[in-house]
Amino acid sequence: MSETINLLLVGTWQTIYMVVVSTLIATIFGVPLGVLLMVTDKEQILHNEPLNKILGTIVNIFRSVPFVILLIVLIPFTRLLVGKAIGTTAAIVPLSVAAIPFMGRLTETALREVDRGVIEAAQSMGASPFQIITKVLIPEALPSIAAGITITTINLVGYSAMAGVIGGGGLGDLAVRYGYQRFMLDIMLYTVAILVAMVQLIQFLGDILVKHLSRNR
Amino acid sequence: MIYIRNLTKVYHSASGNVRALEDVNLNIEKGDIFGIIGLSGAGKSTLLRCINMLEKPTSGSIEIDGVEMTRLSPSELKEMRKKIGMIFQHFNLLSSRTVRGNVAFPLEIAGLNKRAIDKKVENLLELVGLSDKADNYPSQLSGGQKQRVGIARALANDPKVLLCDEPTSALDPETTLSILNLLKDINRELGITIVLITHEMNVIKQICNKVAVIEKSRVVEQGPLIEVFKKPQTETARNFLKSVTLSEIPKELKDKIENLSHEHLEGKIIKIAFFGEITTEPVISSIIRKFDVDTNILYGNIDHIQGMPYGTLIVELRGKNGETDAALKYLKDLGLDVEVIENV
Ligand SMILES: Nc1ncnc2c1ncn2[C@@H]1O[C@H](COP(=O)(O)OP(=O)(O)O)[C@@H](O)[C@H]1O
Ligand SMILES: [Mg+2]
Repeated sequence: MSETINLLLVGTWQTIYMVVVSTLIATIFGVPLGVLLMVTDKEQILHNEPLNKILGTIVNIFRSVPFVILLIVLIPFTRLLVGKAIGTTAAIVPLSVAAIPFMGRLTETALREVDRGVIEAAQSMGASPFQIITKVLIPEALPSIAAGITITTINLVGYSAMAGVIGGGGLGDLAVRYGYQRFMLDIMLYTVAILVAMVQLIQFLGDILVKHLSRNR
Repeated sequence: MIYIRNLTKVYHSASGNVRALEDVNLNIEKGDIFGIIGLSGAGKSTLLRCINMLEKPTSGSIEIDGVEMTRLSPSELKEMRKKIGMIFQHFNLLSSRTVRGNVAFPLEIAGLNKRAIDKKVENLLELVGLSDKADNYPSQLSGGQKQRVGIARALANDPKVLLCDEPTSALDPETTLSILNLLKDINRELGITIVLITHEMNVIKQICNKVAVIEKSRVVEQGPLIEVFKKPQTETARNFLKSVTLSEIPKELKDKIENLSHEHLEGKIIKIAFFGEITTEPVISSIIRKFDVDTNILYGNIDHIQGMPYGTLIVELRGKNGETDAALKYLKDLGLDVEVIENV
């Protein structure tokens, strides 16, 4: 029994570690990516057709490769970045690479919802594109961006279940190795229960954050 | 102040080219409240947005205070825009900022320090009468209050020009009046030149001293408001004027005229349109004194533009032996705009 608990604790910790760190990385890179995708598009403040096309294509490519394949394809890149290709820390690399374009698209969508008139008002006051991004676009879209981060985090919980492929561990890996391969049904059930609780909690916290950010609006 | 020459704007879109402005020429002088009126789709917003280069003209020139707008570099344009305020039909406030934050926005853009910003914001909020709402968010304000925030924000960098894109079209009549009065005060007290576009003659009538009529991408008529009111040159202008002057006799009145009893006297129903100094009251009384006619005022309205009275009077005249015609001639000789609308 205590061994089961130990396994679950380690698995839970590994999942949290992978999800939290890759969510952070996905936000740090994905939000600026989304900004770039939005502002370089047609009729936007920094319209740049070639850049927009290139970024859009890269994002689409990464989003269309199944995550399991991405895990393997990225092994050399992971080794280059963190010095090893297997383990929980190593799994953060493919998780982040998968989540950055996702977060980018969600951010782009959030920014598109900002009222065109508000952007124009800022332009009419002589705001620079950088000022429009930092003082108008991001603050105005913040609740939607926060909702996007919530979705990305939940997605990463799902993706992290496949981290076992490169020895990343985590709850999903636990369910597969013990629950499925060794027929330890109780472990299977516990891991699923913990994952469900985790997703519920993330959604709950995310909703609170979004609500807080959109108060008074 | 603002000189627009041969301005043309063509939009290129998937569904083809739209010629939104065609060879527009306008002179807007310092201190003017210049109204531009036109139906929806006429090109009003395009014209206004060309003035601060939110829309790049296809050809032509726009000179503001001696500066040719079409030739500015992006950084010069940014500087110039700080001196041109703009307000919008849908206010376009930042929902993420309070009233105070919205008014502070252009000052942050201009790079003022926090203390200077705070002080300026207080003054501006006082000017528009919103000091007590400083910490509210736009969603907590009425339309009129939102437009006041828009105005305070547009005035933050002490502009010389204020561009107004249908500033009252989303407001009820009473609020419209209060916003127009605020704009008038700003024009008078701060000496800011105002360019205002609208589809409502009533708005023009309230505050403008000059007006241009735009129809299908072209300016078809322009001049001092009073001139356009007195002698509209185009059908479009006349149609807009209909909404603020009596051009058709109310139906109830028509019915009444038709039912007037035919006595032995020859009668005429006449419409007197007057504009400016002539007051009709002494005119009517002098008809009664000078001619053997009965007069009966059936309908009248009077209004003011720029402090000048204008209006219409519908009068029934009845008299014997050509007295009615003589009275009519007398009115015409006085220079009044008289029209016989019915012989009864
Ligand atoms: N960005 C745009 N792209 C294409 N056509 C436009 C654009 N903006 C306005 N138009 C067209 O230009 C014409 C004038 O529009 P606008 O200046 O907005 O008129 P108004 O403000 O008088 O209603 C309309 O036919 C409109 O459809
Ligand atoms: Mg318009």
